[in-house]
Amino acid sequence: MIAEAGLAALWFAAALALAQLVLGALATSEARSELRSSIAPVAIVQALFVVTAFFCLIAVFMRSDMSVLLVAENSHSAKPMIYKIAGTWGNHEGSMLLWVTILGVAGATIALFERKLRADTKVATLAAQGAIALGFYAFLLFASNPFARIAGVIEGRGLNPLLQDPGLAFHPPTLYAGYVGMSAAFSFAVGALVTRNVGPEFARAMRPWILGAWIFLTIGITAGSYWSYYTLGWGGWWFWDPVENASLMPWLAATALIHSVTVLATRDGLRAWTIMLAVLAFSMSMVGTFLVRSGILTSVHSFAVDPRRGVFILELLAIYIGGALTLFALRVGTVNEGTRFDPFSREAALVANNLLLTVILIVVMAGTLYPLALEGLTGAKISVGAPYFNSVVGPLALVLMVIIAIGPLLRWRSDRPALLLRRVAPALLAGGIALAVLIALAGPIGLLPLFGLAVAALVAVASLAPLWKRNLRRTPLFTYGMVIAHFGCAVSIAGMACEGAFTKENLVAVKAGETQPIGPFSVTFAGLRELPGPNYAALEGVLLVARGQGKPWVMAPQLRQFTDPPMLTNQAAIKTFWNGQLYLTIGEKEIEGRWLLRMWWKPFVTLIWLGGALIALGGALALLGRVRRDLTAKRVAGAAA
Amino acid sequence: MKRGLILWLPLALVVLLLALFWAGLHKDENHDIASQMVGKPLPAFAAPAALPGLPGASAADFRDGQPRLLNVFASWCVPCVAEVPVLMQMKGMGVEVVGIAVHDTAPALAEFLGKNGNPYSRIGSDDQSRIQLALGSSGVPETFVIDGQGKIVKQHIGVVGEDDIPELLALLGQKP
Repeated sequence: MIAEAGLAALWFAAALALAQLVLGALATSEARSELRSSIAPVAIVQALFVVTAFFCLIAVFMRSDMSVLLVAENSHSAKPMIYKIAGTWGNHEGSMLLWVTILGVAGATIALFERKLRADTKVATLAAQGAIALGFYAFLLFASNPFARIAGVIEGRGLNPLLQDPGLAFHPPTLYAGYVGMSAAFSFAVGALVTRNVGPEFARAMRPWILGAWIFLTIGITAGSYWSYYTLGWGGWWFWDPVENASLMPWLAATALIHSVTVLATRDGLRAWTIMLAVLAFSMSMVGTFLVRSGILTSVHSFAVDPRRGVFILELLAIYIGGALTLFALRVGTVNEGTRFDPFSREAALVANNLLLTVILIVVMAGTLYPLALEGLTGAKISVGAPYFNSVVGPLALVLMVIIAIGPLLRWRSDRPALLLRRVAPALLAGGIALAVLIALAGPIGLLPLFGLAVAALVAVASLAPLWKRNLRRTPLFTYGMVIAHFGCAVSIAGMACEGAFTKENLVAVKAGETQPIGPFSVTFAGLRELPGPNYAALEGVLLVARGQGKPWVMAPQLRQFTDPPMLTNQAAIKTFWNGQLYLTIGEKEIEGRWLLRMWWKPFVTLIWLGGALIALGGALALLGRVRRDLTAKRVAGAAA
Repeated sequence: MKRGLILWLPLALVVLLLALFWAGLHKDENHDIASQMVGKPLPAFAAPAALPGLPGASAADFRDGQPRLLNVFASWCVPCVAEVPVLMQMKGMGVEVVGIAVHDTAPALAEFLGKNGNPYSRIGSDDQSRIQLALGSSGVPETFVIDGQGKIVKQHIGVVGEDDIPELLALLGQKP
């Protein structure tokens, strides 16, 4: 019954999305402006229906209702409850339902809270949001029904053990909130093009929505990076896997967008470019969804593949991206170019930032799709890996970091080099000292980590400079946001550089009782013990770890043998110190009484994710600051009237 | 006019991209990766005897004009047990099979051959997987067809089954 209710709710939501599209398209014209008031309720009720459908799916997973095909294929009654719930989106259909749920909620949130946008633009925006939702509802209903029934199944096949981790509970939802939240930017851009309303007003209205989605995207990527780091047992934090790249590409576009939208809001410049980026950011999200869901690229994230689904999503991509870009080509020519600006100014630095982010985006995209193109053209099968990405993206990222350091210290409109130099002098000094100290003391650590650390020092100091000699209590919250986000970039780059430069690795085959060194630690293999888990059997290596002559402690990496489905996973033992992480895994089998032990000492690796968290926090403060200022402005206006 | 054309550029790029995706979705689902080793000469190696009483193996053994099979295996490898009967069958047809035992010891090997039979004319010991890596082999078992001049004709990854016998025989230049 619950499954049928969910399916019905999904159909209702689809019907309402159609209504939203049609009503919105009609009401955009002044002649039918009386229809405008009906759009918001439609968007809200649509969201209620799709949320209902989503909760129905969670309910059948919680009840382990094996008469639902999706549950039978992906769940198991013996699974812990949290993985029954999180398993709802650990499969193709469920994750697509989560996707449209967030889409519906995003539309309803715009309908409820967007007050600054001109009425006709808001209506057109909601119509665009309805159009996107309609296509993806159709995809679910016709090609990926999550509520399909099956007869005669008693027990489910279980969830991929790699996904049986608390990470599944929050990584996909936050990442999707970011991915799909970008639909707001896309719909705003379409709305603005349709109603010829591109300007500072529009930019100020759009900015909080992009910031919100961007925060989720940042958290999602950071959390995903940490999740794969501790769950896969490879000791790496980023693998340039096609699907990681698919999440990085919208983030790069969105990061460019939140900077260009500031130019549009503050100085009325970069009109066409901002619209282009808004379309691009969500297009990248949809391309990412396509890459993951079609199985066109091989990745750790691919679920079961059905080529018809790929074709369906591809058609949706053609309609939405093609449609938006056609509209762009037709309309943007009629948009004024906006204000011109001096080549030595804050605006110019933001343009440089945008160009670099776009180049990085193209580099990542080229590397991700090159194997596909080459196979299409010549049949050759290759894969593009870390050496390409690191050596191309790395230097570009460092140049971008220098711009991050300088940009906020430039004045709007125009500035003088001598004045700028005085403002960045402390930061340059910090970077120079870091470089000199590293060259003198650290030994050969590679050019990229060397400059990475120097640039991190430069940015860390420069990012705090906008607060210099300011009344800290009167500094707006969004300035703090910028400072913290840029400081987070420095922290994250420092973590990446330290990981690259100072990581120690030791791969040894040990017998019980043997001791091996790793970094400042010594690790003694005491033996193995068997432990029963809730739905697996674990073989645990007992390792006694000591630092110098200090008191030893126990670390216990595990091999977990799951039965439904049968699969062996490797659970690393990780201990975090203030200055790094010790990361231990054991190999899968015994060879002549010896067990393979893989040990890493990764100094300051945690800074990578701390930096990511700071970037997201900075975004959140900026969002809060903008929203608060809007509310205050409205109160003041209200009092004046 | 010039600006007008540039505005259509993003759309053109996206059309190209979608065409690429379209082609990617419709490519044939052949995930076999052709071996890079086929057509190349055997890398030079000289493996000491893994078992007393049976000679070791070296690349030079393969240049006497007689095609042979080179089988990379290990006594600790469970699937390897499954292909021994097939290798025995081919030995019965007059095929010479040379073994490379990876990470193995003489007692374990003797037990393995005692239990399953011995299809090998010689077995080289590859303690450190060096020969295995030089052969471009990433796991056990793998079987190479080597022509009489020491050139690799085929790399077969995984267990050799009865179905594979005709193809291997043909490559070895024998009539079934």
